[in-house]
Amino acid sequence: MYEVIITRPRSLAEAIEALGDDNATPLAGGQTLIPTMKQRLAAPEVLVSLAGIEELSGVTIGDGEITIGAATTHADVAREVAGACPALAALAGGIGDPAVRNRGTIGGSLANNDPAADYPAAVLACDATIITNDREIRSDEFFDGMFGTALFEGEIITGVRFPIPERAAYAKFDQPASRFALTGVFVAAGGGVVRVAVTGAGEDGVFRWDAAEQALAKDFSPSAIEGLSPDPSGMIGDLHGTPEYRAHLVGVMTKRAVEAALG
Amino acid sequence: MTQVSMTVNGKPVSGDVPDNTLLVDFLRETLELTGTHVGCDTSQCGACVVHVNGRAVKACTMFALEAEGAEVATIEGEAAPDGTLSAIQQAFQDHHGLQCGFCTPGMVMSAKALLAENPKPTEAEIREYLEGNICRCTGYHNIVKAIMAASGQDVSKIAAE
Ligand SMILES: Cc1cc2nc3c(=O)[nH]c(=O)nc-3n(C[C@H](O)[C@H](O)[C@H](O)COP(=O)(O)OP(=O)(O)OC[C@H]3O[C@@H](n4cnc5c(N)ncnc54)[C@H](O)[C@@H]3O)c2cc1C
Ligand code: FES
Ligand code: FES
Repeated sequence: MYEVIITRPRSLAEAIEALGDDNATPLAGGQTLIPTMKQRLAAPEVLVSLAGIEELSGVTIGDGEITIGAATTHADVAREVAGACPALAALAGGIGDPAVRNRGTIGGSLANNDPAADYPAAVLACDATIITNDREIRSDEFFDGMFGTALFEGEIITGVRFPIPERAAYAKFDQPASRFALTGVFVAAGGGVVRVAVTGAGEDGVFRWDAAEQALAKDFSPSAIEGLSPDPSGMIGDLHGTPEYRAHLVGVMTKRAVEAALG
Repeated sequence: MTQVSMTVNGKPVSGDVPDNTLLVDFLRETLELTGTHVGCDTSQCGACVVHVNGRAVKACTMFALEAEGAEVATIEGEAAPDGTLSAIQQAFQDHHGLQCGFCTPGMVMSAKALLAENPKPTEAEIREYLEGNICRCTGYHNIVKAIMAASGQDVSKIAAE
């Protein structure tokens, strides 16, 4: 790994100031960034650690919504939202392994927008709002292709606000070696609207599956999407699965998520 | 170089390290606590699992400076000063939960974290909790059995493999 300077600000204001330096990068749980730095795929000169900033961490459960600080670990989300939104808790509790969940954070996962990451599916399906140091970004505007987001240079996620869905579930088909999603589908229903978000499958990262949303809005049952699967063009093809295989999995995992949401 | 201080197995320690020093390197190289192993260095295998403020983490995927002021527990803290093994270590020995032993420090530290959270885990819960700990020798069966035994559950009906 290249040399690096690590700073540990105590407040958000100090962190933002430190990130004003063009060579500075935020460090959250490090569960993606440290392996990337070891491979020399990232070579930040300064790391600004967000872990010690109290105002960035923690879960607040309000009236119909949950707000999660960006530096909240996957393990803490799994524990703290278990009552208010079991689907989100199960998603967080299924990321990687216990040691990864004890360090990795929701903000780091969303900023990274790995095409096989789990949280992007929950954010897009629940129509959550990404809160940054500067503005609020709706889920439909946040994700911008594989590893791309609407964040500007130096802008950091401070939290995420999830409306609590009436019914929701996440169905993940694990890639057993990496434990990321080979395909994962989050289905959320509330106020007559159904949103279906798919991760792990699309070449542009997480996406909403319109045809399933429409069918499920008319009839929220597994039979409403019987035989339906998205067009394989635009799906990822790699050694783990062809685009056709992933398209088929999207249909299967959506059905499983609907079954679980009806629970 | 930056000065870092923490408590390791109950003892206050400190050292001057380059900022890019990983916690596992601080433990192994600076403190010469070589019980914590590096199997992959890519965050996959769990041989480097230690506890930081009571939580299992991969010491190869955390900077030493991030553990400033923390309570760190490693495999060296498991046995009593007279060498008596901890209940989990003893169960690994009794149930043949190791062969080459390379993964064992991480397995024991993960098992300890599991039993602190869930004192009587089922076999499925143990297997799920060990998802980030890879063993190339044992086939996991006897590791799972050892952890069941360490939690005080009857393992006499589980076949030896
Ligand atoms: C073995 C293993 C298995 C894994 N399995 C899964 C899995 O099944 N599913 C899954 O979704 N993920 C998985 N991950 C990834 C894990 O969830 C990471 O924790 C997550 O992707 C990144 O979060 P982090 O807090 O560790 O971020 P870091 O690694 O610290 O940072 C990642 C990136 O985000 C930036 N960043 C961090 N925080 C912010 C912020 N608040 N604002 C703006 N930018 C920020 C950093 O600068 C960096 O570029 C796995 C990782 C490992 C090592
Ligand atoms: S050495 Fe840390 S996970 Fe393998
Ligand atoms: S005992 Fe050899 S790797 Fe587990």
